[in-house]
Amino acid sequence: MSAANAKSVLTTPIFKNNPIALQILGICSALAVTTSMSVSLVMTLAVIFVTAFSNLFVSLIRQHIPSSIRIIVQMTIIASLVIVVDQILKAYAYEMSKQLSVFVGLIITNCIVMGRAEGFAMTNTPGMSFLDGIGNGIGYGFILMTVGFFRELLGAGSVFGFTVLHPVQDGGWYVPNGLLLLPPSAFFIIGLIIWVLRSVNPEQVEENEFTMKENTQPKEAV
Amino acid sequence: MAQSNNSIKKILTVAFALCIVCSIIVSTAAVALRSKQQFNAELDRKTNILNVAQLYEPGMDVNATFESQITPRVVDLRSGEYSETHDPDTYNAFEASRDPASGRTLSGDQDIAGLSRQENYSTVYLVGDPDDPEQIIVPIRGQGLWGLMRGFLSVKGDGNTIVGITYYEHSETPGLGAEVNNPRWQAQWEGKEIYDEQGDLAPAISLVKGGASGETEVDALSGATLTSNGVTNMLQFWLSPEGFGDYLAKFRDGVSRADAQGTDVELESQGA
Repeated sequence: MSAANAKSVLTTPIFKNNPIALQILGICSALAVTTSMSVSLVMTLAVIFVTAFSNLFVSLIRQHIPSSIRIIVQMTIIASLVIVVDQILKAYAYEMSKQLSVFVGLIITNCIVMGRAEGFAMTNTPGMSFLDGIGNGIGYGFILMTVGFFRELLGAGSVFGFTVLHPVQDGGWYVPNGLLLLPPSAFFIIGLIIWVLRSVNPEQVEENEFTMKENTQPKEAV
Repeated sequence: MAQSNNSIKKILTVAFALCIVCSIIVSTAAVALRSKQQFNAELDRKTNILNVAQLYEPGMDVNATFESQITPRVVDLRSGEYSETHDPDTYNAFEASRDPASGRTLSGDQDIAGLSRQENYSTVYLVGDPDDPEQIIVPIRGQGLWGLMRGFLSVKGDGNTIVGITYYEHSETPGLGAEVNNPRWQAQWEGKEIYDEQGDLAPAISLVKGGASGETEVDALSGATLTSNGVTNMLQFWLSPEGFGDYLAKFRDGVSRADAQGTDVELESQGA
C-alpha cells in the first residue's frame, strides 16, 4: 500500500489490491445488489462517491481527530454522506432507489469505506485520500459490475435490462438459471474472479499457513 | 499532538463541531430535496394506479390523466359506505391502521394476509364517473414470502370482473416471486371474476398450480408457491367483508345485502 504517486493510488485497488477480491471487504453488499447491471452501476457510483468524500473529509481533519473517538468521527462522516446519497437518489432516481432500498443505507456498514478511512485517510494527505477513495470505489465497482453481468445475463437473460438471451417466460428459448438471481451465486462468481486475479497476479496468493507432511508408511497400524 | 488531541476539551469540541456540521449537511439535503421526493413518490403511486387500470402509456402526462380520469374516495370498510370525514388526497390508510383510534388488530383466523393491523377506512380510486364508475381500484397488501407486498387491484364497475393487478412494493425473489410484476402473468388476470355465482360475499378468486380453469382461477407463479399463496390470501382477505367485500357488493347485481349484513336502504338505492 505505497502512497507514492497518484496514479498508483488510483489504479492499484482495481486489480492488484482489490478491496473485494484481495482484502475480502464489502462482500455482503456485493451479494445483495448484483442481480442486475443497472442496480450494480448505481451502487458503484454511490460507493465511489461515499468512499472518495469520506476519505477526503477524514483526511482534512485527521490532525484534529482525537484517537479515542476516531471511529465514531469517521462513522458520523460516512453516515452523513450516505444519507445525502440516499436523499439524492430518492429525488432524482426514484425507481433505482426503490430497487436498492435498504442497501444504500447499508453503505454505512460497508467495510471498504470504513477500512479506507481508517487505513489510508488517517495518515495521508486529502488529495491522495480522495484518489484512494475513488480507486477503491472503482475496484469495488469492477467486481460488482462483473458479478452483475453474469448474474443478470444467466439469471434473467438480459444485460442492462436489454434482452440478450430470450427467456422462456416471454416466449423465448433460454431457460434462466434461477440460482444466479439468489445471493449464493455471487459467492461462486466472486470466487471465480479471485481465482482468475490470483492466476494473473501470483503474488496475491498467500503462503500456506502450514505444509502438509508427506504420506508416510503406517507401520504400527498393520 | 496526541496529548492535546485527547484532552477532554478537545474531544468534546471535535465531537460537537462534527455533529453540528454533519447535521446541517444532512438536513439541508433532506429539506432541499423533499418536494422533489414527494413529487416522485406521488407520481409513482399515480403511475401504478393508471397502470392497473390499463390507462397508462409510456410518456403520457401522468398527473393530468390522473386528474381527469380518476376520483379518489375514502370508504368505511366496516359498512362499505363512502366517508366524508377524511380527505382522500391526504388520508394515509397504512398509517391509520397503526393508530388504535383508526385501526383494529387482526388476530388468528381473521388475519390470513398476515397484516396484524387493519385500518377502518381505506382509499379507493374510481375511474370515470364517480357515481357509476367504469373501474374501481382498491389497494391490497399482505405478506409474500420475504415481506409485505403492496399493490392495487382494479375491478370493473360490476364489482366482480378483474381488470388488472399490480404490485408497487414487494421484496419477492427476482425471477420467481417478483414475476408478480411480469406483464405476461398480469395479463391473465383480465376478465377473471372475484366471486362465484352464488352471489355471496366470500371471494372465490385464487391462484392454482398446474393450469387455471374457470373464471375464478389464475395460474400460480411457477417456483413461487409461497408468493402465490400470499397473493391468494391477500385477495381473499381484502375482497371479503373484512376488507372491501361490503363496498364491492354495492356494485354487484343479485347480491342480497340483507344476507350480507347490509341494510335495506342500500337495496333500494341500487334498485336491486
